Amino acid sequence: MKTLSKIYMWVVFALLYAPILVLILFSFNDAGSLNNFSTFSLKWYGELFRDTRALEALKNSLYLAVSSSLLATVIGTLAAFAISRMRSKYLKAALKSATNIPMMNPDIVTGVSMMLLFVAAMSIPFSPLKKLGFATMLIAHTTFNLPYVILSVLPRFQQMDKHLTEAALDLGCTPTMTFFRVELPLVVPGIVSGLMLGFTLSLDDFVISHFVSSPDFQTLPLYVYNQTAHEVKYSMYALCALMVFVILLLLLAVNFAGGKGEKKVERPRKIRRKTGGAA
Amino acid sequence: MKKKRSFLEGFAAVPHSAWCLLFIIAPLLFVVYFAFTDTYGNFTFDNITMLSSYTHIFVLSVCFALIATVICLIIGYPLAFFISQCKPQTQKIVVVLLMLPMWISLLIRTYSLMAILDNGGLLNSLFEMIGIGRVKIIGTSGAVILGMVYDFLPYMVLPIYTSISKLDPRYLEAASDLGCNSAKTMLHVVFPLSVPGIVSGVTMVFVPSISTFYISQKLGGGSFDLIGDTIERQFQNVSTYNIGAAISLVMMILILISVAIMNKFSDDGGEIIV
Repeated sequence: MKTLSKIYMWVVFALLYAPILVLILFSFNDAGSLNNFSTFSLKWYGELFRDTRALEALKNSLYLAVSSSLLATVIGTLAAFAISRMRSKYLKAALKSATNIPMMNPDIVTGVSMMLLFVAAMSIPFSPLKKLGFATMLIAHTTFNLPYVILSVLPRFQQMDKHLTEAALDLGCTPTMTFFRVELPLVVPGIVSGLMLGFTLSLDDFVISHFVSSPDFQTLPLYVYNQTAHEVKYSMYALCALMVFVILLLLLAVNFAGGKGEKKVERPRKIRRKTGGAA
Repeated sequence: MKKKRSFLEGFAAVPHSAWCLLFIIAPLLFVVYFAFTDTYGNFTFDNITMLSSYTHIFVLSVCFALIATVICLIIGYPLAFFISQCKPQTQKIVVVLLMLPMWISLLIRTYSLMAILDNGGLLNSLFEMIGIGRVKIIGTSGAVILGMVYDFLPYMVLPIYTSISKLDPRYLEAASDLGCNSAKTMLHVVFPLSVPGIVSGVTMVFVPSISTFYISQKLGGGSFDLIGDTIERQFQNVSTYNIGAAISLVMMILILISVAIMNKFSDDGGEIIV
C-alpha cells in the first residue's frame, strides 16, 4: 500500500510537470521542432530579444505590474486599517464582500463587466477616457489585486497588540503619528507580501486583461496569446520558459519576505470565502 | 471613556469604498443594464429570450465542466489522502510542488500541453515510434477535458489535502479501536470529515472550467463552442455586446446558485479553505 501510494504520487506529479518541462527543454532546441532534439542552442532566446514587440510587451507588463500593485497596496493597506477599526459589523461585512466579488466571479465575467463600464464611460461626451489601454488595464489590475493586499495586511492589523497603540497615544502621539510611527511599521511584512502577490498576479493575468486592453498596449500574456493563435512559434516557448523562471524567482522572494516560520503564500487567487449563502 | 476617532480612521476606508463602488459594483450593474437593453439603449427582454438558441452551448459547457470536475475529484482525492499520510517534512515539499504549477499562467500551461498533444507533438511522435501512427488529439472533446483536468487539478487537491490534514488523528485511532478496518474508516470517518474540502475543491475546478475560453480555443481547435468562447466572441463586436452581457449574467447567476447550494453541504461557515 505504501509503495503503491508513492508510485501514484510520482505518476501524478510527473504528468503535472511533464508539459512544462517539455516546453522549457524544447525552447533550447536548435532544430525548432518537437520531433527531434538536435543541439542545445539559445537561438530562440536570441530571436525573442530581437523581437521589438515582445520587448515592448515586457516593458508594458513590468510597468503595469509595478504601478497596479503599488496602487492596490496603498488603497488596500488603508482599507485594512479601516476595516480592523470599524465598529459597524454590517459595514465591515459589506465592504469585505464587495472586495471579494472579483474572487468569486469567474475572471471572464470580471473582465467583461469592466469592459462594459469602460465602453460606457468612453461614450460619454468629453469623457477623459478615450480608449482602452494603460489606464483601463491599471484600473482592472488594481481591482483584482486589492482583495489579496487586504487579505495579507488585515490579519496583521487584527493581531496587533492594542497596548502599543494606547501606549503611543498616552506618550503624546497624535492618532496620525501613531499610525505612521507605530502601527504601519508593525504591518510591513504583510504589506510587502501583499505588494509582491499583486505584482505576480498582475504579471500573470491574461483573461481580464484580454477584455480591457487594446492592441496598442499589450502585456506579455496577451502577446503570447496573439502570437500562438495560428502557429507554433519556438520563440514563444522561450518566452514562456522565461516567464516560468521569473514567477519561480518571485515566489521564492515572496516566501522569504513573508518571514521565517510563517505560512507559505498560497495561490490566493482561488481562495473563496465560504459564506453561508452567495456572497 | 469613548475613544475619539482620528481623522485617518474615518478617512482610510474612503478610497477603497469608492473603488469598490466604481469598479466592482458599477461594472456588474452595467452587465445587467446591457443584458436588458438593445443596441440603442431601449429596454428589452430580447437578449434573455434569445438565449434559448444557446441552450446547447450551455449544456455542452456544463457537461465538459462536470466531467472535468469529476475526473479531478477521482484523481485528486487519493492524491490528497496519500500526501496527508506522508512524513510532515515530505508533506511540506509535496505541497510546494503542488502549488508551483498554480502560479504558472494557465495560458502557458495550456500552451505547454499543446506541445505534447499537437499533431506534430511529442505524444504523436511517440505513437509513430511504437507504430500506432498519428492520432488526431487536438480538436477532440477529450483534449479539451484533459486540458481542464490538467490546468485545474491542483485546485482540487489542495483544499481536500487541507481538510484531511486538519483531521484529528485520534479519530482514526478511535475508529480502528472500535473495530473499523481501513476501508470502513475511510468511508465513515475520513470522507465525511473532508466534505468541506471537497466542496471547495469542486467549486474551484468547476467555476474556471465552465467559464474558460482559451482551453477550448487552443486544445479544441475551434471545433467546440463553450460559454466562455461564446461570450468572448460577442465582445469582439459592438453590436453583440448586449447578448454577450446577457450570457454573462446568466452564467454568473448559475454559478452563484451552484456555489450557494454546494456551500450548504459543508457547514463550517466563514472559514477559508486554502
